[in-house]
Amino acid sequence: MNFTQIGKPLKRYDAAAKVTGKAKYAGDFHVRDMLIGKIYRSTIAHGYVKKIDISKAKALPGVVAVITFNDTPDIKYPTAGHPYSTDPKHQDIADRQILTNHVRFYGDEIAAVVAENDLIAREALRLIEVEYEELPVVLTVEDALANDAPEIHKGTKNIVGKMNYEFGNVEEGFAKADFVVENEFETQTVQHCAMENHVSYAYVDAQDRLTVVSSTQIPHVVRRIIGQAFEMPVHKIRVIKPYIGGGFGAKQDSCIEPLNAALTLAAGGKPVLLDLDREESIIGTRVRHAVKYKIKTGVTKDGKMIAREVSLETAKGAYASHGISPVAKQGTAFIQMYTTPNVKFDMISVYSNAPVAGAMRGYGIPQINYALESHVDDVAAKIGMDPTDFRKLNQVKEGDADPKTKLKILSCGLEECIDKGKELINWDEKRKKYANQTGDIRRGVGMAEFCYGSGTYPVCLEIAGARIVLRPDGSILMQVGATEIGQGSDTVFSQMAAEVLGISTDQVYLESTTDSDTTPFDTGAYASRQTYVSGAAVKKAALECKSRIFEAVKKRKEIAVEKLDIKDSQIIEKNSGKVVMSLADLAMDTYYSRENSNPISVDVYNQTKSNALAFGVTFTEVEVDIKTGTIDVIEIYNVHDSGTIMNRQLAEGQVHGGMSMGMGYALTEELKLHPETGKTLNNNLLDYKLPTMMDTPDLGVEFVETYEPTGPFGNKSLGEPPAITPAPAIRNAVLNATGVSFTRLPMNTQRVFEKFKETGLI
Amino acid sequence: MYDFNKYFEAETLDEAKKILKENPNAQIVAGGSDILVEIREKHIEGLELMGIHKIKELKEISIDSEGTISIGCMATFHMLENNEIITKHIPMLGRAGGVVGGPQLRKVATIGGNIANGAVSADTATSVWAYNSQLVLESADGNRTIDVKDFYLGPGWTDVKQNEILTKILIKKEDYEGFSGEYIKFSQRKALDIANLGCAVICKLDGNKFSDVRIALGVAGPVPIRCKTAEDYAKGLEVTEENINEIGKKAVLDGKPRDSWRASKAYRQQLIEICSQRALTKAAQLAGGK
Repeated sequence: MNFTQIGKPLKRYDAAAKVTGKAKYAGDFHVRDMLIGKIYRSTIAHGYVKKIDISKAKALPGVVAVITFNDTPDIKYPTAGHPYSTDPKHQDIADRQILTNHVRFYGDEIAAVVAENDLIAREALRLIEVEYEELPVVLTVEDALANDAPEIHKGTKNIVGKMNYEFGNVEEGFAKADFVVENEFETQTVQHCAMENHVSYAYVDAQDRLTVVSSTQIPHVVRRIIGQAFEMPVHKIRVIKPYIGGGFGAKQDSCIEPLNAALTLAAGGKPVLLDLDREESIIGTRVRHAVKYKIKTGVTKDGKMIAREVSLETAKGAYASHGISPVAKQGTAFIQMYTTPNVKFDMISVYSNAPVAGAMRGYGIPQINYALESHVDDVAAKIGMDPTDFRKLNQVKEGDADPKTKLKILSCGLEECIDKGKELINWDEKRKKYANQTGDIRRGVGMAEFCYGSGTYPVCLEIAGARIVLRPDGSILMQVGATEIGQGSDTVFSQMAAEVLGISTDQVYLESTTDSDTTPFDTGAYASRQTYVSGAAVKKAALECKSRIFEAVKKRKEIAVEKLDIKDSQIIEKNSGKVVMSLADLAMDTYYSRENSNPISVDVYNQTKSNALAFGVTFTEVEVDIKTGTIDVIEIYNVHDSGTIMNRQLAEGQVHGGMSMGMGYALTEELKLHPETGKTLNNNLLDYKLPTMMDTPDLGVEFVETYEPTGPFGNKSLGEPPAITPAPAIRNAVLNATGVSFTRLPMNTQRVFEKFKETGLI
Repeated sequence: MYDFNKYFEAETLDEAKKILKENPNAQIVAGGSDILVEIREKHIEGLELMGIHKIKELKEISIDSEGTISIGCMATFHMLENNEIITKHIPMLGRAGGVVGGPQLRKVATIGGNIANGAVSADTATSVWAYNSQLVLESADGNRTIDVKDFYLGPGWTDVKQNEILTKILIKKEDYEGFSGEYIKFSQRKALDIANLGCAVICKLDGNKFSDVRIALGVAGPVPIRCKTAEDYAKGLEVTEENINEIGKKAVLDGKPRDSWRASKAYRQQLIEICSQRALTKAAQLAGGK
């Protein structure tokens, strides 16, 4: 494909605004009379509020309102940022109240205050007195399923949900296998740690409407959720999304907006800022599911996997949030990666008295990919095959179909990704060199691969809207329902529109603010869907705008529509290249012509009914300090097949961020709870070990560009995928370095020390 | 917003002493990188702060005619890293200052604050102790100088009285001349972190034998400690791998680490052994050992 705008390393649309501070984030609006909201959080993990006394807090000068669960509607609502399901059976679990008297985790929201400033608000929190009736704390799957377990949500037996499938017959498969390898793996709870915490402000506007300006990935969905929380029609609610400092899934959930709405209502409609601090954002929003795996593979002598089975369980915290979706989805990655005739999957997700697990970059896939790709290396080792050869023999390729959805793979550069990765890391030489080391410092190379969808079809609705207005000077104004949250979608959308319309990107003005009143509908930024799904809407809008332009030319110049094209903002005759008129002249005439005034404005929706798998690999080299348990990543490469790369510079930025997230997942990050009280021990960025730039080597990024026929420009997903494979690749490199199979994340120095002790290396 | 009642700005050292005497709730804020975090985390009733940023003499690093090095309490970590007296005579302290937090923090945080707040993880505390420093405490009621070994009273608790200012840290010539040293900060991250173990080792050689070895550990007990058993054992030993390994093992006997959710006692003991060995190996190499 020859593109003029797609693929260009165009700098971010909002770069200058962000670095100069002109870009306004939800916490940057200093509205007159802005009040401060603060949340009173429980100091137990499970129980009921027996008594609450807010009189002293209310009496404190400067306090405007204090509300408790007695003051908020007795309505349960769902929080997940999913499209609404018109089928009641598939709707998200409604188990959340704005404030609660049934405490379900340490930090649950019981009451809230509104005050004139931050200090008064915090002082008021200290004056609230609460007495609890405590219940046993449930932290593990075992605790939750015990016969005498207290129910965290009445009538659920603590079960959020289960899912299973079997294709073929795994028992028969295992019986035919030459070897059967079994492992158990365990992943930890981590948190998104977006640079911008959860923050919003809310007020009642001049038309008496409830308005919430929020740092969210899903503005249109948040409007619906606020409506559900108050049983209020959506026309009374307006949600605005300004610039966003990252979300990674924690903002694909309505964590604070309904409460913020309740706070402004309690304060007579005055603007109230609800700005969580880091400590609250870590415990009080969402976390990644911690999952335990039992995984089993039957393999033949010549390296064919003929039966695979995995069983997983998770204690997902106090509220359903996204329900079982981020766990059930792991079943897709399990079956899609390798073509095995007999595959079995089952999962259970239970409630626990812990911070709530929800969506996080990769939506469950980083967890199962860690278990699967670690296990696959162990299987390859068992039969003495090189892990890359073993994968090539078993992995999916173009033309294969998902046995569940029947969707066919139409583009697949996975094998090329592996070859590229091998070359970059110098695989063959190093695998040999590092085979049998002794000494305190050892090196190893490892890899892992993934596949990942582009959106949620066919499980969920995929709908996206775009609007284009041709302005009198021939430039365009574009509005998209898709949500720019820092990933660069606005830049890429402007490239798409410019590509189709034959104009340069500086002729595209894209309104970055999403306003549920005026912006087209779209379900938001998640599932790595925006260039694929929302991009299709942008393309459709641009094509329609182009055809409207040609019709307007035809009316004026009597040239057939099919003979026209646009190049560099000039309307030309396709064959001769002769300029018919400038786009600017035409645009002006559409506004002011005495005969043909009819300004061009298009407003389209596109429903996507396809999905495409993106592929990729991580290759890495590590150095292991046996005596201290330190694992240093020396070299690391991600190679991606995401179809056409829309913007190399932004794509690399996405990949860098994902790799860094994956490395933290592999080595240092873990949210820890007190085993008895359920209190989070390290909800701050000193004790929660997010890696720094100093911990990160140069990050190598390469792309294998295939052309995906279902993508609007041959493109597939890239947002989440980069975070998936670093952890298993690092784990497999440590296996190569030391011969030790690690089965638990993170591989922090304490845990590595224990494992080396256990295996006799120390 | 920060929750404190009053702020005093002392222009001179005498004025600072006077403010402290007259305001028994006043606490000194040096770089602020600890106390401001603490104010944010905890509610400290009726807190009053006194800034001492304008007092020039507290920022001085000097060496007198007898070779005693004097480091003003308001010397920042950035200054320690870059000061010629420090990098020439006691480079280990400069390097220890260079691994605290990140560049922004090192421009504001001070050695006085690092020592006076008594944190067991303070990166400079181990060096200060390895060099047998003396600490000068001044108040409106008089001045006193105490040995670092008498300074730490318990976790986060030092011998600085409310009305006193730790004005300077003194290191005598006999405590640095001829010594070489290495500081290892073992932490989970390479920046913006506190140590799981801080290990400062200095040594002096007589031929290829240790004539003096000093091992100071942070986060190996409730307060920074010195490894007396290991140090006594080391004296007179040949510089060999076996001997260094044994000295490291002895250091474990001096440590008093505990189990916590951050790290287990067994792991901390492993770190004491390995880091002492590695720091001593490096220090001996720098001192010209084989």
